[in-house]
Amino acid sequence: MTLSITDLTVARGGLPVLEGVSFDVPPGVALILRGPNGIGKTTLLRTVAGLQPPMKGHVTGGEDQIAYAAHADGIKPTLTVAENLRFWASVFGQDGIERAIDGFNLGALRDRPAGALSAGQKRRLGLARMLVTGRPIWIMDEPTVSLDTDHVRQFAQIVQDHLDQGGSALIATHIDLGLEGKVLNVGPFKAAPPPIDDFDGGFL
Amino acid sequence: MIALLLRDLRLAMRAGGGFGLGLAFFLIVTVMVPFAVGPETELLSRIAPGVLWIGALLACLLSLDRILALDWEDGSLDLLATAPLPLEAIVTMKSLAHWVTTGLPLVLIAPVLGVMLQLPAGAYGWLFLSLLLGTPGLSVIGTFGAALTVGLKRGGLLLSLLVLPLYVPTLIFGAEMARRGASGLSVETPMLLLAGISAASVALLPFASAAVLRINLR
Repeated sequence: MTLSITDLTVARGGLPVLEGVSFDVPPGVALILRGPNGIGKTTLLRTVAGLQPPMKGHVTGGEDQIAYAAHADGIKPTLTVAENLRFWASVFGQDGIERAIDGFNLGALRDRPAGALSAGQKRRLGLARMLVTGRPIWIMDEPTVSLDTDHVRQFAQIVQDHLDQGGSALIATHIDLGLEGKVLNVGPFKAAPPPIDDFDGGFL
Repeated sequence: MIALLLRDLRLAMRAGGGFGLGLAFFLIVTVMVPFAVGPETELLSRIAPGVLWIGALLACLLSLDRILALDWEDGSLDLLATAPLPLEAIVTMKSLAHWVTTGLPLVLIAPVLGVMLQLPAGAYGWLFLSLLLGTPGLSVIGTFGAALTVGLKRGGLLLSLLVLPLYVPTLIFGAEMARRGASGLSVETPMLLLAGISAASVALLPFASAAVLRINLR
């Protein structure tokens, strides 16, 4: 299913940050979002994932298709790696966490409490969650933060496999993942500052 | 849904889950009151139903800010909101998990602690029943308060202030039911009102909690 975004304006704290964003993410394609810090990549991803309503425009094709990975991994420190994954698998109505554990080399860590993992290992667990969701559209917000270079390559391979199986991905990242995908720089969509209305204008 | 309930129960039982917090608080209140009031068994047995109800209510209040704040902090709430579960189901399961880990233990231990407060013999059953009817309402109202304050750092203060007035009707009718039961009067009216408040809260508040959570997640 193609995720299409038409003329989307997203807001943070009531102020528009990006406006007029339009793109399509058909199956088998990864779209990489780029842009400087604070431009609104996270806000855009949250809007596409359905966590906040758009100010203007439409997101179509995403209903019940999207798996979202935010900056925070949503890991419970007192549950083990396997328990964390099993929980998310059953929330998404899937079973079998082995592919996710193997995919991110978590086999040796599976019975360790997630609180005892290093930052990079936690991130791998957070990314492994995407594999147990069974959802075709992956939306990821800077997924490679704190991953070592080998695991970045491994992660890119997993995303590539996902694309080859007909999935799609929308990824905000600053590094080159080596994926064959389109790159969209969101810089040009930066929203104009809101006009100062007359009442306040008199005081400035 | 069941997976979420089981996860929350498991988290509560693990180290740092705060399972015993409410119980310990309840125990401390009921142990301290006789020391503070003095050795007057008649006075104690008169105030016992009210003291037990206040103790249970405050013990419940103590753990409310954990219902949603922990999931908010580690990002699970965002991820749960994008999961196939509707938010109404998520908050219902959260309330249920809170009741099982906080409300239910309070209900079960209250008759034991009643001994320390010289609760009249005829009142144990009524106290147990009033808490059993009232505590689900406390958990659901508390989840609503937790949803209102979920994005706030140290929202516990605001949460308590918001939730306390909503707890007052439950406290009035719960304590009244236990008190009337203790003195052998008819308990029908306060019991029906107490059950009505809990039933209405359980039926309606999850929708309100889900709505404010949607706004807070933006």
